[in-house]
Amino acid sequence: MFALVDCNSFYASCERVFRPDLQGRPVLVLSNNDGCVIAGSAEARALGIRTGVPLFQVRELIHKHGIAVFSSNYTLYGDLSRRVMATLGSLVPHVEKYSIDEAFLDLSMVPEGQLQRLGAELRERVKRWVGLPVCVGIAPTKTLAKLANHYAKQQEAGVEVWTSSDHWQARLAQTPVGNIWGVGRRLAARLAALEVHNGADMAALESGWVRRHFSVVQERMIRELNGEACLSMELCPPPRQQVIHSRSFGQPVVSLPPLRQAISDYTARAAEKMRTEGLLATRISVWLRTSPMGKPQQLWPDTLSTGLCQASADTRELVAKALQLLDQLWKPGLRYGKAGVMLTELCSREFSQGGLFEDRQSQRGQALMAVMDSINQSGKGRVWLAGRGMKGANECVWSMRRAHLSPAYTTRVSDLPRVW
Amino acid sequence: MAVLPFFSEAVRAGFPSPAQGYMEDPVDLNRLCIRQEAATFLLRVEGDSMTDAGIYAGDILVVDRSLEAVHGDIVVAAVDGEFTVKELALKPSLRLLPRNPRYAPIVPGEQGLELFGVVTFALHCLHGKARGGGS
Repeated sequence: MFALVDCNSFYASCERVFRPDLQGRPVLVLSNNDGCVIAGSAEARALGIRTGVPLFQVRELIHKHGIAVFSSNYTLYGDLSRRVMATLGSLVPHVEKYSIDEAFLDLSMVPEGQLQRLGAELRERVKRWVGLPVCVGIAPTKTLAKLANHYAKQQEAGVEVWTSSDHWQARLAQTPVGNIWGVGRRLAARLAALEVHNGADMAALESGWVRRHFSVVQERMIRELNGEACLSMELCPPPRQQVIHSRSFGQPVVSLPPLRQAISDYTARAAEKMRTEGLLATRISVWLRTSPMGKPQQLWPDTLSTGLCQASADTRELVAKALQLLDQLWKPGLRYGKAGVMLTELCSREFSQGGLFEDRQSQRGQALMAVMDSINQSGKGRVWLAGRGMKGANECVWSMRRAHLSPAYTTRVSDLPRVW
Repeated sequence: MAVLPFFSEAVRAGFPSPAQGYMEDPVDLNRLCIRQEAATFLLRVEGDSMTDAGIYAGDILVVDRSLEAVHGDIVVAAVDGEFTVKELALKPSLRLLPRNPRYAPIVPGEQGLELFGVVTFALHCLHGKARGGGS
């Protein structure tokens, strides 16, 4: 048996943990740059606010209903997510973190008669320890557990346990195929053409036929819907393929110098992330996108990439390459709204191939990066390359707009919640 | 199968360290103050309602949400949309007691009391400028 534990309105709920005054008040969380709504509490959804709507379209509602609005605070959400996973791990030995607010649990050792009680206990404990509401779906396969969770959300108890096909048949029949885990829009359209509209239609397909006409992936989905577990727990995350750092600018940027600063900053952050995971990159890409706001002009996404002679995680080398790419990409007169850096063809530091001309220089570089990282992770201050500019990363023209950012309550001493 | 003992300490010429075989990890404040890391939060104290309990403005409270609060515990609760630190009284009736005679006990309203967690430690800095833990 598997459980899927999913936090209710995760981002909005995180904003409430240290704000008891927000209990029962509608809460919205905005995308990077405060552009549109990416999450809302149940109260906000009840007002008809859907995720994805631009902020300006709901301004009136916000004012009228006293909705609390927040810029996304991934520092806070990340720490609370970590605590949720650890809390689940205190009751169940095998926890697979599936996303920032969802986890699969392996319940194969739990007697069937105790599943309901365990579900309730998981829910109670996360609420109590971390202050976040969750729902629990329990079923013989991951695909069914995910669906059970969907229905758990509609219940007061917040737990839905399916142990035999009698439990899920009726639910499958009322579930459109698009709501089933792994069915995207294109697959849903193909299924609809075959008169397969709901989960029960899909489960009734003959698996061998599905394998021939679709693929082995879809065949597994059919088996999973029939209670045959094909997907197991993935306890080790697959090795990382790339490190990306990209941001929208707080306002459109036209000239090259601020773009150079932004690209320096993004490259340095991507390089730092790579070093914390002991990785090196052999390829770097830079992209620019023009701003969709303002004067109508061609939306211009543009990417350039280049290889490195030798795998590296040295911020100085990577920034130099990134800036070369940027200089080639930049076109005068365009209003840029977003930029990004991607490091690819990653390898582990231990297994990287030595260069023909490797010398003491690269060892000294590694030592320098280690010192930079230890200063930057100490929380006492930050050091960066001068090319990134002298201002703090939140004060530049290219900085993200985060006008409604809540404190980093759990990760910064200066931001600890106050108590009287 | 025979099992051979394995000695992990390196053998060196010269005098061995007299501490060899006696090494232990240093005492860790985190382990001392934090029982359930996932459920433990730090909060900063404002005001003087708890000075007689040794809790002063600027102190950092270690709050464990995994503990069941009992009569007499120092707790953090949400009252009127704000966090407050008080002594929890369950007998003879539910109240939050300040530990400073200048303040009155809080009697929770009809909707009851939203407990945030139980205070397990108060970190009070006694040295110089950094009084209160620095911020």
